[in-house]
Amino acid sequence: MEGDQELKELYQDVLLDYSQSGVHKGAIEDADFHSHGINPVCGDEIEITMKTGNSGGVIEKIRYSGHGCVISQASSAMMAECLEGKTSKQARELVLSFKDMMLSKTPLEALPPELSVMKALEGVRKFPLRVKCATLAWNTIQKSFPEERTA
Amino acid sequence: MGFDALEIRRDFPILFRQVHGKPLVYFDNAATTQKPKSLIAALGSFYENHNGNIHRGAHTLSDEATTLVEEARQKTADFINAPKPETIIFTRNATEAINLVTHSWGRKFLRPGDEIILTELEHHSNLVPWQILAKEKSVKLRFIPIGADGDLDLVEARKLFSEKTKLVSFTAASNVLGTLPPVEEIISLAKKNGAKTLVDASQWTPHFKTDVRAWDPDFLVFSAHKMLGPTGLGVLYGRESLLEEMDPFLGGGDMIETVELETFTPNVLPAKFEAGTPAIAEAAVFPEALKYLSKIGFSAIDEQEQTLLKRALEILKNEPEVDIYGSLLPQNRGGVISFNLKGLHPHDVGTALDLEGVAVRTGHHCCQPLMRRLGVGGTVRASFYFYNTIDEVEVFGRALRKTIAFFKPKLKTAGAK
Repeated sequence: MEGDQELKELYQDVLLDYSQSGVHKGAIEDADFHSHGINPVCGDEIEITMKTGNSGGVIEKIRYSGHGCVISQASSAMMAECLEGKTSKQARELVLSFKDMMLSKTPLEALPPELSVMKALEGVRKFPLRVKCATLAWNTIQKSFPEERTA
Repeated sequence: MGFDALEIRRDFPILFRQVHGKPLVYFDNAATTQKPKSLIAALGSFYENHNGNIHRGAHTLSDEATTLVEEARQKTADFINAPKPETIIFTRNATEAINLVTHSWGRKFLRPGDEIILTELEHHSNLVPWQILAKEKSVKLRFIPIGADGDLDLVEARKLFSEKTKLVSFTAASNVLGTLPPVEEIISLAKKNGAKTLVDASQWTPHFKTDVRAWDPDFLVFSAHKMLGPTGLGVLYGRESLLEEMDPFLGGGDMIETVELETFTPNVLPAKFEAGTPAIAEAAVFPEALKYLSKIGFSAIDEQEQTLLKRALEILKNEPEVDIYGSLLPQNRGGVISFNLKGLHPHDVGTALDLEGVAVRTGHHCCQPLMRRLGVGGTVRASFYFYNTIDEVEVFGRALRKTIAFFKPKLKTAGAK
């Protein structure tokens, strides 16, 4: 029954819930930044819009749209939740921390407390072909940070 | 002749491995097939006994390797009933074979305003090389549309032809829908209009008898690894007179006759199109794959695949959660079925099946335009080969029902249209 257990571990209820969450779905009309990402493996697309406040570049609102699997949709929803309210600088660092964890460059314990919900994606690390599903939203938002864009 | 699938499976060691604690059910044969022991042994034996570079040195190993590769060329020619071994060009894969034709034939013979006819079924390999060429030479691409069952609409196809049509390039068997286009009819239509033809036989040669003298296309391509052979080896068959007229493809060793500092003259066929050290070991052992297929015989292969296909279609049709793409009649298709579970993403289905030991392909199958035509982002694809069994199809069915049972209560989209 090895496979059954693995299925439950990979698709934890928290992931299935987040994947269906509508809280951060949609697009911001007067967005300051937007970014488009594609996973060439499956053709899934994501569109992220972001609004930053006037003071200190705090990200006030993140919205995403597009289609994807449970893993990519859950990761997008959790990402939006984690990064709202952070400054661009903080968000950039959190993106790097998450990607390092998913790519198994750093242990799960090294994940900053702001990203603790992301531990639900731990099981995906055992499926290298699916890691791209989990990182799609993060790679996409990374492109929209102002400093990254002009770099 | 019938055959014993269980007996045959003993020739394929990989079929006995476990995946996630379950016996492997390998249903991704349209991507690549597994290899018989005889081929695996031949590959080892080549490196242990005959390894040398070909068409060079005067030493024994080089001679032996050269002989093996040239024998493989002859056997490949025989396998598809090609008139001469020189009409068989070894490439890295079918993709490279098509690129060879766009470079060496297309660049030389196409003029602005010329038209090439492709189909909506094509793999990216038979789209993108033509798109690159079309841009470079201001050539127009036109597409034979598909009907509801995934068959080519030949009524519309006839309207696409004109004096501008220079080539029709199309698949003999769809890697997504299993559609088997009427190859002879399309070739005859092209000939009547003075157009050349290229048949992408990548999904055909593993399953059906190929006879280039009966079809008489100008070009036909396929890949060794999809028919029990090694990776890294593809085949371009070309009409000899055309291959003679075409320019070389890649420049380098083996493809030259003489070289000056500023100029070269190309070698004769087939070396003209085979620059650099090729996949020597792979070519040398490819005849083991051809021998195996001939031993089983294409009628027995087809019979077994039809049996599997029929049962798999039955299982899928009985499942209200399943959308099937393409024809529902097994006799109208090759051993490939694309489907989706309602409200579920193909990748999640693929992973859930993998955890049951069932290997399927998920995603766009290198056919994004066809996916758009079907109105989906991707599909789950099960593709069979003669070494698969009815029991495996039942395991696949149970794994599917398990997947539905796992996701349906947890996802509000699952089961919804």
